[in-house]
Amino acid sequence: MTSRGDTTVSERASTEITFPGMTDHEGLLPQLVAHLREHRSRLRQEWTSRIHAAHLLQAMTSQEMAAETTSVYDNYVEVLETGSVEALQHYARDLSERIIPRGVETHEVVGIVLLLRDVLARSLFEKYQRDLPLLNRVLDAYEPAANRIANTVAVSFVDERERVIRQQQDSIRELSTPVLPVRERLLILPIIGVLDRERARQLTEQLLTAIRTHRAKVVVVDITGVPDVDEAVANHLVQTVDASRLMGASVIITGLSPEIAQTLVTIGVDLSKMDTIGDLQGGLEEAERLLGYSVTRSHGVGGP
Amino acid sequence: MTRGPRLFSILRQGPYLIASVHTALDDSQLVRFQQDLVELIGRKRARGVVIDVAALDVLDSFATRTLRDMGEMARLRGAITVIVGIQPEVAFAMVRLGMDTGTVSTALDLEEGLAFLDQATSTVRLG
Repeated sequence: MTSRGDTTVSERASTEITFPGMTDHEGLLPQLVAHLREHRSRLRQEWTSRIHAAHLLQAMTSQEMAAETTSVYDNYVEVLETGSVEALQHYARDLSERIIPRGVETHEVVGIVLLLRDVLARSLFEKYQRDLPLLNRVLDAYEPAANRIANTVAVSFVDERERVIRQQQDSIRELSTPVLPVRERLLILPIIGVLDRERARQLTEQLLTAIRTHRAKVVVVDITGVPDVDEAVANHLVQTVDASRLMGASVIITGLSPEIAQTLVTIGVDLSKMDTIGDLQGGLEEAERLLGYSVTRSHGVGGP
Repeated sequence: MTRGPRLFSILRQGPYLIASVHTALDDSQLVRFQQDLVELIGRKRARGVVIDVAALDVLDSFATRTLRDMGEMARLRGAITVIVGIQPEVAFAMVRLGMDTGTVSTALDLEEGLAFLDQATSTVRLG
């Protein structure tokens, strides 16, 4: 089989004036694939042992590893044969979905694919080392395909990771801005986490709608849990306060951290119209005063 | 000057006038609204005016300025003005475009506006 392949290649090389390009590869790749199929179990073994040696994928059991390496190997060879990365893309995405929750890192995934590439290249080298020009052409055919595979797997993995991150961001966003009525006409909005543009926009929408539905007169926005704001978000906050005023509600901002206070003054956001109070407790007391509530503690009941 | 049906109503409620806008007004209708209101304040001897814009989903700069001017004119004629019913989207759009109601007060809705006027007219004596 090998000799037949060799003659085909040399015949073609002698009859056609070609550089190592696409036309050459068409003859070489099937030959390559046949070789890789023939030595499948040996090469796969070698690959697995190299993965072990490199301490990659330690989150997986050896059975899982055997199963996954077999399918990665088969997919790999299939891509070399068909030139279509679609099936591999699917497989890589599935694989990523399974292994990302187990803490497998990007460098590991890329690492094992590159190891497989090396193992296979080494075996091709052994097979063709006596005929250097042929080896050259074989590698010319093999390398672009192999690189494409490595690329596809890495991109699929990263895509999947980003999808997971996006999903988590969405769920954080949904959880993140509760509007809580504390007394009649008094709302509290505790904000936790980074306020980006999108969240600030959502916050405004929720706050203004809540003012209408709860007929609120005073809203206390507590930003103790916000680590930092930038100029755009700060201006957005000021605008939200103004818009609330247009709807007849006053907004009290509480819990400005020292960092945020310094940032706001340094970047020169106009806060003269903002009503700010140190902490949530003070904010609530002020809100109650504005609404005409007075809270007193009965003598002799609990307390410090 | 536009004739035809008015797209707003100005009703008397005790010592106050309640001016409601029913649909989006064009510029000439706004001017007519302003003239009618300023005239009625004197005729009805009103001490307060509630301008209800709850039906509007857009307030452009001319409308905002007209409302503000109406508040000023009403003050000169002896009445306090409160604008009520600005919708959330309208409120935020106004702020984004740098528009506000100036010295004219705002309240959530008609009920709030009337409560505001009760309080304001009991403490402030207008000439």
